Amino acid sequence: MPLIKNGRLAEDRYVRLLDESPIPDGVAVIVPAARFLADADEILRRDGPTGVEWPNNRKVAELEPYLDRLAVVVLSFPNFKDGRGYSQARLLRERYGFLGELRAAGQILRDQFLFLARAGFDALEVAKPGDAEAFASALARYSVFYQDAGDDRAPALRRRLARMAAVTPREMVR
Amino acid sequence: MTAPQQQKLKVTGPVVVTANRLGDGAVVYRTGSGDWSTALAQAAVVDTAPAATALLAAAITDDIGAIGAYVAPVRFGADGRPEPGNLRERIRLGGPTIALPVAIGI
Amino acid sequence: MYLYDDFDRTLVAERVVEFRDQVRRRLSGELTEEEFKPLRLMNGIYLQLHAYMARIAIPYGTLSSEQLRMLAHVGRRYDRGYGHFTTRQNIQFNWIKLEDLPDAMADLARAGLHGMQTSGNCVRNLTTDQWAGVAAEEVEDPRIWAEILRQHCTMHPEFTFLPRKFKIALTASKHDRAAIKVHDIGLRLHRNGAGEVGFEVIVGGGLGRTPFIGKTIKPFLPKRDLVSYVEAILRVYNLAGRRDNIYKARIKILVHDLGADAFAKEVEAEWLPIKDGPLALDPAVIADIAARFRYPDYPRLEENPPELARLRKADRRFDAWLDNSVTNHKVTGHAIVTLSLKPEGGAPGDATSDQMDAIADLADRYSFGEIRVCHEQNLVLPHVAQRDLPALWRALDAIGVATPNVGLVSDIIACPGLDYCSLANTRAIPVAQELTRRFRDLELARDLGRLHINISGCINACGHHHVGHIGILGVEKNGEEFYQITLGGRADEKAEIGALLGPAVPYAQVADVVEDIVAAYVELRERPDESFVQTVKRLGVEPFKERVYASH
Repeated sequence: MPLIKNGRLAEDRYVRLLDESPIPDGVAVIVPAARFLADADEILRRDGPTGVEWPNNRKVAELEPYLDRLAVVVLSFPNFKDGRGYSQARLLRERYGFLGELRAAGQILRDQFLFLARAGFDALEVAKPGDAEAFASALARYSVFYQDAGDDRAPALRRRLARMAAVTPREMVR
Repeated sequence: MTAPQQQKLKVTGPVVVTANRLGDGAVVYRTGSGDWSTALAQAAVVDTAPAATALLAAAITDDIGAIGAYVAPVRFGADGRPEPGNLRERIRLGGPTIALPVAIGI
Repeated sequence: MYLYDDFDRTLVAERVVEFRDQVRRRLSGELTEEEFKPLRLMNGIYLQLHAYMARIAIPYGTLSSEQLRMLAHVGRRYDRGYGHFTTRQNIQFNWIKLEDLPDAMADLARAGLHGMQTSGNCVRNLTTDQWAGVAAEEVEDPRIWAEILRQHCTMHPEFTFLPRKFKIALTASKHDRAAIKVHDIGLRLHRNGAGEVGFEVIVGGGLGRTPFIGKTIKPFLPKRDLVSYVEAILRVYNLAGRRDNIYKARIKILVHDLGADAFAKEVEAEWLPIKDGPLALDPAVIADIAARFRYPDYPRLEENPPELARLRKADRRFDAWLDNSVTNHKVTGHAIVTLSLKPEGGAPGDATSDQMDAIADLADRYSFGEIRVCHEQNLVLPHVAQRDLPALWRALDAIGVATPNVGLVSDIIACPGLDYCSLANTRAIPVAQELTRRFRDLELARDLGRLHINISGCINACGHHHVGHIGILGVEKNGEEFYQITLGGRADEKAEIGALLGPAVPYAQVADVVEDIVAAYVELRERPDESFVQTVKRLGVEPFKERVYASH
């Protein structure tokens, strides 16, 4: 599965742990949620970056105690129509202040890239290899955003006010 | 008249596979030679569940030709040609049962 | 009339570019139908029985004459010369081709029109009172808040893939003309005891398979908190709404399952951390949006000019129309005019491109270039000078939109039904047409008073039959069209779901049954001015049932 990280195709350095086999030391690993929670503090003491794969039907609040030690959180989109991951992402970034890699995995298409970026994801496991090339253009598709979200794009309301403030009353043509 | 895509495939009489053409949405029928025709007379008519399933499966993969394919009943008219088998299919083929507003006009 | 600025226009233009690319990828096969379908739905493009259908948004039911002309043009150029106004203040074109849609969307974008979010599992068109901004007893114009929410919910990255569609309606009058109690979120602008203006927030209303009247979860929300509170509701719904069963996926099910109090608590928990953040509405932001709502520079005119009284006496038809279709305006010497799109024998809510062009011209001449769309599928000219009413009436009459039946028995609300819609079980339009013929006598209609008949061709209830005074729901029995009838539904501030009258009746008998119901009402009412719905409330459906089923 191609990985897009920070806008570019990247090598995925993380090993996905699928079963009960021991977690290798010194290697970047992503651990499924249940396994992680069973032994979180111990796992996080290991040598090497650790990530967790979180299902979209569990509250991300459960991860709060571990966010400062987690390198990656992978959120799930079992179907691109299932939008729970977007709320989870925003909560992780904006409510709980998660600063690590926030990765979206599952059925995600280029038409969701912009929404994912705005929700706070900085890494995408892309379903279609062809879509990876389209990432840059997908993000450039829109220049106007109405609302505040998990990104830095200034919403239209604020840009209007800024523009009004920069213009003297005589120059306003409305 | 429950949306046919939600029905389980159960064939109790002659049926065709019908869909809407991708580019313009026109009503079309799956022919015996694997393409689509707006003429019901050209439709492949089958009367067993396995035959209908096969016809439908081929139609569904051809979603560049037409979309929303499903199995629809037909009956045979006096001239032996297939006719729509229920009100929904009559309306699809014949258009709305009411005069369109432009006919009234100003 | 909200004036788009270049931010708004740019977004719509960028949407057209994106959509053109998506259509290209679909037609080339790069996108399968499964991948494309949600994308086309995000632009309001459905597949119906005969063709694609495009639903174009008319935000809170307000149109400029330029926009109405553009709709007329699209109808002519890309469709079959007419459009259908819907129960959510949108317009639908029934014969559009997918290959033409990018061009049609580009044309619409030039007038600031689009189909964004008129379908799909996102926040749909925000609807409101068709008399917003001009109704005499309104607290303030609800459309400013509708526009603020519209922008906030447009391409919202978090709420574009909700469990199901989401509909919000607003009202600012005591009399709710926007049916807010049967919406996912209903917002009622009102003044509290301290004289402050804020919102009552009602959630979990809805029709369809499981109708519910909404529950108040916040009796008074300050204006500043509107966006953050709606955000909290949407977030709770996005995370907790059911996704395993489309018939249980609306927020009304979640509110019902949790209970209103528990749901309110969940919202509060999501809301408190964000209420004072960037979503708190700055007065400057509100003022900026409000400033782009242009109101007419009304001339000072006298109330009841003499030419009105003269024509009333001289022309009974004008008199009838004035009594029926013209309402008091908050500005002296002005009036609100409703245009009936329910002529005898017509399809409810349809207008030809020619009619649209003519109405646009009349709007320019008599209504400061503005038109409104009602969820009852009629149109409104909101800024008419009383002295212009005679000339306006003649012009409206000439184009067939002056039938004085607004709110009466022949002002029927109907979904497109099986003549167009692939979800339908039965037809709705010919039932409506036959009823307009049976009740063509306008004096009888006036005597019956306010009487809303709502017809839906299937349980999805796009005709709002649950809240009709007489509700008619098409069901299929053994391949035949049958209709279930309910009585006593209401969509207003006293919202109620109608009660079943009795067994479903076949297509051929529906009009007879409705005539019998109406005859029963005339017999049973206490006084001529006891309305149909009041009589049903007083007596229940039993006396109606006896009379109707006795003769069938």
